[in-house]
Amino acid sequence: MDFFKIIDQLSEVDADVLGRFNSRRAVFGSLGTAAKRSALAATPLFLGALFQKAYAGTAATGVEVLQYALALELFEQDFYAKVKASSPYANASAADKAAIDQIKKHEDSHVTLLRGAISGLGATPVTGVTFKAAVFAGLTTFKTGAAATSQLGIAQLLEDTGVRAYKGRAGELLGTDLLTVALQIHSVEARHAAKIRDMRGQRAWVNPADDLAAHPVYTSGVTTGSTPAAFGLVVPPYTAPSPVENNTTQSNVDIKAGLGATYTASDAAAAFDEYLQVAEVLDNSRAGGLIGA
Amino acid sequence: MSDTLRPTDSQSPQPGQPLLARIKRRSFFMYAGATAGATALVLAGCSKDTSTPSSATGNVSFGTGDASVLNYAYALEQLEAAFYAKVAALTVSPLLAAEVPYFAKVATHEAIHRDFLRTAINRDFGGTIIPDLTPKFDSIDFTKRVKAPADTKLGILDAAKAFEDLGVAAYNGAAKLLKSPVYLGIAGQIVSVEARHAAYVRDLILPGSFATNEAGDVLGFDRQLAPAAVLTIAQNYVEQTLNGSTIGQ
Repeated sequence: MDFFKIIDQLSEVDADVLGRFNSRRAVFGSLGTAAKRSALAATPLFLGALFQKAYAGTAATGVEVLQYALALELFEQDFYAKVKASSPYANASAADKAAIDQIKKHEDSHVTLLRGAISGLGATPVTGVTFKAAVFAGLTTFKTGAAATSQLGIAQLLEDTGVRAYKGRAGELLGTDLLTVALQIHSVEARHAAKIRDMRGQRAWVNPADDLAAHPVYTSGVTTGSTPAAFGLVVPPYTAPSPVENNTTQSNVDIKAGLGATYTASDAAAAFDEYLQVAEVLDNSRAGGLIGA
Repeated sequence: MSDTLRPTDSQSPQPGQPLLARIKRRSFFMYAGATAGATALVLAGCSKDTSTPSSATGNVSFGTGDASVLNYAYALEQLEAAFYAKVAALTVSPLLAAEVPYFAKVATHEAIHRDFLRTAINRDFGGTIIPDLTPKFDSIDFTKRVKAPADTKLGILDAAKAFEDLGVAAYNGAAKLLKSPVYLGIAGQIVSVEARHAAYVRDLILPGSFATNEAGDVLGFDRQLAPAAVLTIAQNYVEQTLNGSTIGQ
């Protein structure tokens, strides 16, 4: 793994990262010759020290959130890899295939950066988070037919879950640059969700008229159990159910009637996406039921 | 059709370019916002419009702390809401039939964001709210769905794409300035809806372009811009002078 490439990538998503490293010149200068540089760069200890200095104070919490994000990105990456190797995809239109290819590339990029950042923080990136092969085998169409058995139906659920999942842990990164990076991924997941929804003939945003509106991905609560520890994740305790996507109250304000204008419940719900806690995301009714060998 | 739109400003180098296409993130960071791209945008937004209402003059200061970040978001939502309200009010729309109801929905979402932020700021930070902004949309041709290569003004879809991508970059860049997890949560709830809007309108312009992928963008990562960079662009669409120098401090 090329750690300097990772720093370069980080510097692109976090413009201040090199400033945090006292400037690239200082980092490179302190390392001496090129040969010494590459030898040192391959040392996890060196990288860990570099990142911990750069993100002092945020490393402990940050790495746990990044591991969770990586687990979900690996899951999505494997799903799209399976899609691309399947016959329904092979028979899809060129435009639809191109969209899936693009989304897959984005997930690859997320995985690469998160792995690099986690390694840099001195931790071992989670591995082996895959989409259950037996469930995938039941996805017999690309986008037609029942949503539950179409690849894009599941893709929509995964992307909308991802959007909710990143929101669920943003607060732990409050005030840090890792928050910015997480949000730069979060909004791309929302773009994916919008694109998949459009390909399926659904509106770009979550709303009560969605064909999948009743799916647990759009509700909340832990219903059938969840095993975050199985992936080695250290996660915050689950408290009460998160708001459902049809929620029309934000920060104790009634969006329908409390804003000096009247809005429908559908619009009030659609204007805000909602978060999910880890235990809810990994509930067997949601991603938890789809992760496995 | 309205014929009141200003004539081409020959001083503006390709002013009808989509806003962010000319803004390279690297350049922004390297030159602290004073880039050639940003300058072109400033020029693009300059107008000789003589209809400036007197009520629209003056400075808008955003204050400090979380109130300033919320006011900053409120300013951007005011602009977006005003733009979409104008689109929704067109008696003759250049949009395709299927796009009209979609844009009406987006107009409602943005109005909700605006009204919600105003309500929250007044409740939690009484007396700090910024005034109503007077929008200046003379660099947008509301009779065009998308601009033709030779056009100097943005079409409706071009402008919508620019506003949505700018909004996403603004929320992404300002989130770390917030001190309260409550407001961070709200920002996160809004920004993903903006990203959905952005993906939709980008695909209308060019199928498959749902994510930003211009030169300088990092594959798979949305842009993030500091308030100063965002307001340099937003200033082109507001009569008042926006002063965001203390946002988040």
